[in-house]
Amino acid sequence: MTVETIKRAVMATAFFAALLGAWQLMAWSGRWSPVLLPSPGSVVDYLQSAVADGSLPEATLVTLRRLLIGYAIGVAIGLPLGLLSSAFRFVEDTMGVMALGLQTLPSVCWVPLALLWFGQTENALLFVVVMGTTWSVMIATDTGARTIPRVYARAARTMGSEGLDRWVRVVLPASLPFLISGMKQGWAFAWRSLMAAEIYVTILSGFGLGQLLHYGRELNAMEQVIGIMLVIVVIGLLADKVLFAPWERFLHRRWGTGERTA
Amino acid sequence: MPLDTAPVTQVEDVKRGELEVKGVSKWFRSRRGIVQALDNISLRVAPGGFVCLVGPSGCGKSTLLDIIAGLTRPDRGRVTADGLPVTGPQRQRLVMFQESALFPWLDTLGNVMFGLKLVPGLTRRKRVDIAMEHLRLVKLERFAHAYIHELSGGMRQRVALARALAPDPRVLLMDEPFSALDALTREQLYEDLQVIWQARRKTVLLVTHNVREAVSLGDRVVLLSPNPGRVRETFDIDLPRPRDINDASISGYATLITATLKSYYTPEAVL
Repeated sequence: MTVETIKRAVMATAFFAALLGAWQLMAWSGRWSPVLLPSPGSVVDYLQSAVADGSLPEATLVTLRRLLIGYAIGVAIGLPLGLLSSAFRFVEDTMGVMALGLQTLPSVCWVPLALLWFGQTENALLFVVVMGTTWSVMIATDTGARTIPRVYARAARTMGSEGLDRWVRVVLPASLPFLISGMKQGWAFAWRSLMAAEIYVTILSGFGLGQLLHYGRELNAMEQVIGIMLVIVVIGLLADKVLFAPWERFLHRRWGTGERTA
Repeated sequence: MPLDTAPVTQVEDVKRGELEVKGVSKWFRSRRGIVQALDNISLRVAPGGFVCLVGPSGCGKSTLLDIIAGLTRPDRGRVTADGLPVTGPQRQRLVMFQESALFPWLDTLGNVMFGLKLVPGLTRRKRVDIAMEHLRLVKLERFAHAYIHELSGGMRQRVALARALAPDPRVLLMDEPFSALDALTREQLYEDLQVIWQARRKTVLLVTHNVREAVSLGDRVVLLSPNPGRVRETFDIDLPRPRDINDASISGYATLITATLKSYYTPEAVL
């Protein structure tokens, strides 16, 4: 722990403490009804009771399960498609064009169709998440694989690396930085689509965080809404730390990137 | 024979490594129409010889090297290696590029071992041994586990040299491998390359625009003129080795070659 890191930690803590303090002061001032602006204390109370009665952990599990399955399917489809469209003009001109179009479509727009096709089931939500993930992962992978310096492939070919060997030992590792950023972008898209879908659709097979948030609104329980929003933020941050930070550290160590220039 | 002096890779039949380029021409499609890059190039490199191709930019010397490496096909003419036609890249002809082209996802040792994975019949142990031997050859054994971005430009080209030599090719093709280095680093590498070449006797074809570099390294210097690339003249460099680039005899040859080179610049070529 250097003085520098302590200084940075103190500054960050002070910033968030000030934010929290301002919120508390606004709640105390009484200018706004507690229905519109619940105090930090009431949010904490809600979170405590929701953990105690099991509704929050259960909703978190339901949501995370949907997210992980949908994301995994989206990556499993998008990543190979991206590699293919970077390599074959035919795929680029067909799937690539379709992906560009579909990526601009907010994935909530799939909800009406998903409900028709799958009914009020898990599959409807999964479908929305997969649609939100696949195309952005595909496009990011495609862009990445095209950006690989050509000299890598040339060097590999002279050393006798062709076909599958070249894909596995050169193209894939060379595009790793882009694959990671593509997967990260896919994760953000998956998370957003799932929340939108959960708020929009009531599924009988399980209450997720989005649904808890929705019912918070129906019941005029803003401390519940804010509490769930905090949980969603925390999960997003944790996912970044747990899923992607180790990979990014690996990349920075090998490629020598990511050093602050200022 | 004590183990530590025995080379892990045996130098095979020294007669191998002959290169022959016969009447090679190449055209490129560009926005200005079709441009001829190479015109009827013929040259021969004897087994174990060191030939330098010199020419100004635009003379197609890198294209020629690509064709010899098998990375590009000629539109006319052919290239043979040890009498066999070159149809694609092959492990017997390895290339050192201008940028080191080392793989950042592998450490130094991993890079040197890359090509060895494709040599049949080598155990992992053996591959590590061969790679370490070549890292010792370029004096980088202490950096076996360093990542590429941690190495200086000169060190990177040494690793690239070790990587190209490790699978024991017959021919080493070098595409301006020293042009991005500072003068001191470059001179050190000239020295090392000569020592390694004399010990290993690989056939070397080196492309450069630096006349003094060509004279200090090559047995023969082949001059190319631009637009389209043509072989103009061949100089045999009859100087004892190891040569020092700062030697007066090198300057003598270099002055002569540079003068010849300048005479190719017809007025329209300068435009």
